Amino acid sequence: MKIALTSLFVDDQRAALAFYTDVLGFTKGHDIPLGDDFWLTVRSPESPDSPELLLEPASHPAVKPYRDALMEDGIPLAQFAVEDLTSEYARLTGRGVVFTQPPTDIGTALMAVFDDTCGNLIQLIEMKQA
Amino acid sequence: MVMVDVFRALDDETRRTILDELSSHDGQTLFEICSILAMRHNLSLTRQAISQHLGVLESAGLVATERRGRSKFHHFNPAPLAEIADRWPIQKRIQ
Repeated sequence: MKIALTSLFVDDQRAALAFYTDVLGFTKGHDIPLGDDFWLTVRSPESPDSPELLLEPASHPAVKPYRDALMEDGIPLAQFAVEDLTSEYARLTGRGVVFTQPPTDIGTALMAVFDDTCGNLIQLIEMKQA
Repeated sequence: MVMVDVFRALDDETRRTILDELSSHDGQTLFEICSILAMRHNLSLTRQAISQHLGVLESAGLVATERRGRSKFHHFNPAPLAEIADRWPIQKRIQ
């Protein structure tokens, strides 16, 4: 068994696609219309074998209270790995991305948390070389 | 502010560690505090337990919270410690 797909709820799927591709640098996978919504995925060009990320509409009534509570406590809903967190932090803040947590040394890794503008916090992690 | 709450809040190593971390890097979310306690201090605590510790510090006035965007950030507030120093001044003894 393999993990093929994981998902995030997003406020607006088109805005989310723009952020996840133009700003973060992922590429579009599937984009299948489902009524007013889409079955929309992105993937990382750096790791074609990684699971796809489904950008799911946030219209279900359970989503808002769930995400609001996690956002309040600063809890990220996904983690992306980067080679160089310091330069990613500079690149993303230069593009207006807001971090709730700047790069922080946690011993084995550097981590930071940003707002994806779609209702989620995302953690970036750079593992230190052993 | 009741001074007994300040002393009770300080009477716990985890809460003192939280204050150490907030005083060296002010303005942290619950998630950041949890990560640092786990990774930097090897403290194996649930998020709920840390949230309760923050509640004790907040009701003693040692931690203040502020909303920025949609997240809540915790700040160290040394004012209650200044009250202790005002009550039992250190300067006079040294001079």
